[in-house]
Amino acid sequence: MMDLLNILLSESFWAASLRIATPLIFGVLGALICERAGILNLGIEGIFVVGAMCGWMAVWLGAGLWGGVLAAAAAGALFGLLHAVLTVPLGLSQHVSGLGITLFATSVSYFTYRTALPDVSSPPRIEPFRALDIPLLSDLPFLGPVLFQQTALTWLALLMVALVWYVMNRTALGVAIQAVGDNPDSVDAQGLSVYGLRIGAIVAGSALMALGGAFLTMSAFDAFFFGMVNGRGWVCIALVIFASWRPGKALFGALLFGAFDALQVRLQTEMGALVPGQVFLMAPYILSIIALVIAARSADYPRALLTPWFKGQR
Amino acid sequence: MAEGSAFAPTLFPMTNSTVLRLNGLSKRFGPVVANDDVSLTLAKGEVLALLGENGAGKTTLMNMLFGHYLPDAGSVEVADENGVLQSLPLGHPQAALAAGVGMVHQHFALAENINALDNITLGSEPLLALRRNRQAARSKIEGIIERSGLKAPLNTPVGRLSVGERQRVEILKALYRDARILVLDEPTAVLTPQEADTLFENIKAMTREGLSVIFISHKLREVLAFSDRIAVLRHGRKVGEMATADADEKAIARMMVGADTPKVARTEMAPGGPVLNLTEVSVAGRSKRDTLKGVDLTVRAHEILGIAGISGNGQSALANVISGLAAPSAGHVQVDGIEVAKPSPAAMVKAGIGRIPEDRHHEGIVGAMSVAENMVIERLDDPEVQSRGLLRRDAIRDNAERLTQAYDVRGPGVAASSRLLSGGNIQKLILARVFERAPRLILANQPTRGLDMGAAAEVGRRLLEARERGAGVVLISEDLDEILGLADRIMVIRDGNLVEAGSHDREKIGLMMAGEPA
Repeated sequence: MMDLLNILLSESFWAASLRIATPLIFGVLGALICERAGILNLGIEGIFVVGAMCGWMAVWLGAGLWGGVLAAAAAGALFGLLHAVLTVPLGLSQHVSGLGITLFATSVSYFTYRTALPDVSSPPRIEPFRALDIPLLSDLPFLGPVLFQQTALTWLALLMVALVWYVMNRTALGVAIQAVGDNPDSVDAQGLSVYGLRIGAIVAGSALMALGGAFLTMSAFDAFFFGMVNGRGWVCIALVIFASWRPGKALFGALLFGAFDALQVRLQTEMGALVPGQVFLMAPYILSIIALVIAARSADYPRALLTPWFKGQR
Repeated sequence: MAEGSAFAPTLFPMTNSTVLRLNGLSKRFGPVVANDDVSLTLAKGEVLALLGENGAGKTTLMNMLFGHYLPDAGSVEVADENGVLQSLPLGHPQAALAAGVGMVHQHFALAENINALDNITLGSEPLLALRRNRQAARSKIEGIIERSGLKAPLNTPVGRLSVGERQRVEILKALYRDARILVLDEPTAVLTPQEADTLFENIKAMTREGLSVIFISHKLREVLAFSDRIAVLRHGRKVGEMATADADEKAIARMMVGADTPKVARTEMAPGGPVLNLTEVSVAGRSKRDTLKGVDLTVRAHEILGIAGISGNGQSALANVISGLAAPSAGHVQVDGIEVAKPSPAAMVKAGIGRIPEDRHHEGIVGAMSVAENMVIERLDDPEVQSRGLLRRDAIRDNAERLTQAYDVRGPGVAASSRLLSGGNIQKLILARVFERAPRLILANQPTRGLDMGAAAEVGRRLLEARERGAGVVLISEDLDEILGLADRIMVIRDGNLVEAGSHDREKIGLMMAGEPA
């Protein structure tokens, strides 16, 4: 019991929670934008892989860290555009298209990596983002290490939460995206383009998802591994329901998951002799399923989610 | 001057006050002619009522004006700010909006997760602006509300507004876009009579400021009370036009229905024993349309019982009880004198009830299944249809071939998906399925809605045939003429109560439907 309290009070635990949450924040915001516009994007898992690979490879090829971030976002946007074309004007099943994109994007990433580096035994490393050392703030007790020794990408994620909230709630664009996810006819009758709004939202959301992947290779680690995304995209799909499609709650959900994950690593070292390690590895997922079951009962799904809309058919 | 006098009916609109001109609009959907060479004009400040039966082409005509459909022939001219008629590019809702044409569809186009203010301003602000000028929008809307009386809460998500409020938001949407011509598609279909009256008073207030209105309706009462001029469509053609002041209810009704309605021959017949008894049956529904308040009803063999009433007064609840879809919360249901203990659709089919449902596309057929399969879908346990759990495909096909012949179901063949059939042929498929089982009682709910004259007459003929054979029929219809023509006895449903009409007196039944003492 004392151990648990010690963990919860430690700076490193909270710093780790935020670090683990960062890719999820990007992912859940991306999924949120897509679903608010009425499109489920199950390509998220593959788009994470593409973002991780492209970001890393751009840096490895000498593009610089921010060049890598841009490359990842562009690659994510490209796969988002593919999903958008298939699901919006063509109106194909969003589930099938999304899963197809995940398989396709993952394979293309692995293929590109293997083709570029045919015979390396250990993955080449890059110089990743360093923790921002902000004078004074970083030296604050507790808050300093937790908040002010994170990398620039974590800060970008937090900034994105505020930006997505502002756009969704305070701009005409955000209102139109919410409307197109509820009743596309309402947008069409007012002379706005349903296709344009939906495609735009999917492309932007997918770019954000790819940044979640890029964080893994450019901030959390310094190289690209197979299987490194490891279901983070799927977690985001669950978190967006938990968050009721709200950016603030999305941040909270991602942090909660990050905290569970950080906790299980620490409990594993403390109590590993008593309980098999796999139980701890499972814990965050089981807890997120439980949280989802509770939250999803009252979930207010965007009404037009999964329903294709075709121009001229009223 | 024009604005002050616009309230008075404008019988012969002067050319300089004409705000809209439709010239010879035609539209076909496959083999169906929806509109054939329809021309109309609308004067400034005028309220034009577009009357016609279901399927007469009213909505299609307005959808062409608003750019949802591209006409096959014809043109549209709309007056600009200076009153000069300009030709309107067809097929572009954007162009219609910009020219000052606003349309309120029967099915609202509102996003329920955002508030009325956002729904109204949607699309009229630059999407990429970082800030919105909500205050300016709000004061403009409040100004419109004040002038028109169309009150609606602006800050509540539309999902929480009443139907009447949503309708007002729809109209505010058009007025906010500076619509000079407003098209309302059956605006009162979902409103209470009081809400409807208020709506028309609000519209009148707006016409005094120069708004011109076309409203689609098939309710004669509101048309006579609130329009300046009436145009009647039948089978896609304009068959009449007159000033409301000169209009005569009978003449309009004849124009709508057509004098050439084939009369169904009907022989007098002595009724037999009761086939369906409802005693004190109540249904506790969530809305008025699915509520029944202790109704008694008896249908005898060789008898057609007509249920007249304004839509949404409990017809759905009554139909659901008779077809076993809803269990009564109180009362008894007897078929052929035997109490139905546990009502379910299967139990009712077994007891000998044949159902012609109101929504034939969704409740009458399984669209993805073939015509042949739909023909036997209510008797899958019949040994003629299956043996040891396997379908007898040859027998099913032969059955379908025979029935499509006998009932004249036309379409791409018995193996094709039933959704490919037209509405009239879907109804014939359902008739074939129901009548072949020689049911004791037939529930026909709005059996001719949306059908053309020929198909409607066929339905009437088949119902009379079943009556001669000895079946009882419950005919629920909003079309009083249909009931007067077919029923042996008439009851009026209103507010969940059923009352014997006692005669075939149209006026008396009409008053009972409206809830006024006869």
